[in-house]
Amino acid sequence: MSPDPKKSRANEAPPIGFIGSTRWAWRQLTSMRTALILLLLLALAAIPGSLFPQRSAGVSAVNQYLEDNPNLGRVLDALGMFDVFGSIWFTAIYLLLLISVIGCVVPRLRAHLDSLRSAPPPVPADLSRLADYQQLTTKASAADVVTTAEAWFRKHHWRLATKAAKSGTGLSAEKGYARETGNLLFHASLIVIVVGVAVGALWGYRGQVLVREGTGFSNTLVAYDEFSAGRLFDAKNLPPFGFELEDFEAEFEREGTQKGSPRQFTASALTRSEPGANWQRETLEVNHPLEFSGTKIFLTGHGYAPVLTVTDPAGHVQFSDSVIFLPRDGNFTSIGVVKIPDAPQQVGLEGIFLPSAVVDEERGPISVFPAPDSPALFLVAWQGDLGVDSGEPQNVYQLRTEDMKRLGVTSLLPGDVWSLPQLGHVRFEGVDRFISLQIAHEPGRQLVLVASIAALIGLLFGLFVPRRRIWLKVTNDTQKKTVVEVAGLSRQGYAGLSSEIAEMLGEVRRVK
Amino acid sequence: MTLAQTSLLLVYASLIALAIAMIAFATVYANTRTKVLVGSATKPQSQPVRSRAVNIGYSVSWLALALLGAALVTRGLAVMRAPWGNMYEFALSGAFAGLAAFLVLSLKRNPDWLAVWVVVPVFALVGLAVTVLYTEAGPLVPALNSAWLIVHVSAAIVAFGAFTVAAGASIACLVIEWMRKRASDAPWLATAPTESVLDRFTYRLTAFGFPIWTFAVIAGAIWAENAWGRYWGWDPKETWALISWVAYAAYLHARVTAGWRPNRTMIIGLVGYATLLFNFFGVNILIPGLHSYAGI
Repeated sequence: MSPDPKKSRANEAPPIGFIGSTRWAWRQLTSMRTALILLLLLALAAIPGSLFPQRSAGVSAVNQYLEDNPNLGRVLDALGMFDVFGSIWFTAIYLLLLISVIGCVVPRLRAHLDSLRSAPPPVPADLSRLADYQQLTTKASAADVVTTAEAWFRKHHWRLATKAAKSGTGLSAEKGYARETGNLLFHASLIVIVVGVAVGALWGYRGQVLVREGTGFSNTLVAYDEFSAGRLFDAKNLPPFGFELEDFEAEFEREGTQKGSPRQFTASALTRSEPGANWQRETLEVNHPLEFSGTKIFLTGHGYAPVLTVTDPAGHVQFSDSVIFLPRDGNFTSIGVVKIPDAPQQVGLEGIFLPSAVVDEERGPISVFPAPDSPALFLVAWQGDLGVDSGEPQNVYQLRTEDMKRLGVTSLLPGDVWSLPQLGHVRFEGVDRFISLQIAHEPGRQLVLVASIAALIGLLFGLFVPRRRIWLKVTNDTQKKTVVEVAGLSRQGYAGLSSEIAEMLGEVRRVK
Repeated sequence: MTLAQTSLLLVYASLIALAIAMIAFATVYANTRTKVLVGSATKPQSQPVRSRAVNIGYSVSWLALALLGAALVTRGLAVMRAPWGNMYEFALSGAFAGLAAFLVLSLKRNPDWLAVWVVVPVFALVGLAVTVLYTEAGPLVPALNSAWLIVHVSAAIVAFGAFTVAAGASIACLVIEWMRKRASDAPWLATAPTESVLDRFTYRLTAFGFPIWTFAVIAGAIWAENAWGRYWGWDPKETWALISWVAYAAYLHARVTAGWRPNRTMIIGLVGYATLLFNFFGVNILIPGLHSYAGI
């Protein structure tokens, strides 16, 4: 990405042979113009990733989209539109961009190191053609003038080269190398960021666990409802912490137009870093995760878990527990199922739970507020083959009712009992809460953070430090006076250069 | 009258001021009274005298800025937090930042030519805020309740302000150059700034905004890591923040690419600005995602 115009001329040269064409391709790829096009392509390619649901963010939204638009969906899926950031074309663009950056940084780094070691370029033959050209005549000796100018440059940290010749003395001074250092730091940091992201993608993992009040889990693969990990992840590396949810509180706005908006979520939990360690009481809130050896636990959601007790006609308890009902809307209209495979004839209950139940004339029973102000449970009971013995993986939040017989429907308030001759009694004991935890480990995140900060610092230097040169030519004229010629050059059009020249010349003028 | 009502009233007052400023600044392009002074042919005017209309424009703009600032402060006091909780508050803050960036610049430079191109979007932003985006004052949803809100959002807003003025300068430049190409003999063209002046102006503002935008993205990633367990998840908001970043990076590269004229470079900058606007309006309203707490 060098602004050197020579490189853009490379495409005029005819490629010769394999080496020639490789070199030609390399020059094309590392040219500023190509980098520019790749940047624009990257921006363009990211757009569909924000418009279509992405598998990485949640498979269910993608499946819903495919269900709603079967034909278009199939085409989009084939193009990788639901997995944009892992697709071949997106990867190709950023890898090419990465190569382009490397191909730009390496030669520029070499050139920069060379320029840091070598003297500033010699005084041009004709200074008067440069900007800020000035000439002054002084009675002071040439040697004094040179010494004074040198002292000024040294004091202000300019790199300096003095060359004496018969025709006079030439001074070359240069400052602002930090601009190129910053540029290189910025681009190199971008490469490190990509490496850090790759480390996270290969060794990292994330998953979701739903925990009901009064229950817990230990951090093993079986505890997860959803889990995804990088290719090099090893389940042995899961930190063996334990987590038990004691209580969860949620507060919602009760007044005004934002009624129902969440205000405060607090989970109090017992945790231990490994089996056998002491339990510790912790408070988990949004924006305040827990951490165990690099693995972080985040509170990302919550919902209701109605407590049900099912007894058979003989009075034996067949089921007594809280059941996770997944929220369906902002007011926590929630759905869930209970499967009782051990009953003589398998039984399934399908339910809708409403924390603040109202029966709407048009829409039927709905919840009007997220807090459990007037909870109600609507149940449908089924009897028959649950399909749990088939060996097929089952969704615990869904009942397959094709092979089942419907026994009845009811609505229950807390404490109500529903009696069914074929089933026995179903008692709605009350309602607990559950929380959803995001558990994530992203190795490489510190590397990405450090590289991001380095990139930012590099950017500041690369954008705001002006690179500039000042040349001085000191000669003796025929009247034994000293003639001083000065000119400056700054590619970035640095306005402060002329005042720097003026300051330096002020010192020179003062020499007697 | 409650603080929140006072705040809304101040916003309406700023809208009126902005409308007046808009008309006053538009006269730069109408130029009914030409500023070419008789007998000054030998001494070309480097700094043309501002017309009374333009002076009024600046005064009224300062007034609008003060009113918007007061509106934000009273809104913040009404809810006892930084006024950055929903789209209404973001829009007001963005408008404030854009106008402030422009007026601060006007102290040292002469941005008469881009004034109208800044005041129009600022007016539109405030107008949309009170009509479409208005949200009652209220506390934050838990996800936003973090110190990072102030760091992340303030950086994004400041960068947005700088980019707004840069976009104004680009539009001014494209309009002026288009008129010049048409060989228009409109008298105001004679005093209009050259392409390279506006190009440098645009560059400086973009170069100022770009590191701040970079910082906003980094701060957002740190916050996201704290709130959601990952620093980058390709959430639509994040994706569009990156798209804007890449577009402005492309602008900065285009400017040093041999053979790229300022007008093409500026169009890339304007594309970057369009992505910022889409990120604010499009992503918040149209696309569901983790940042969808627009409050409308």
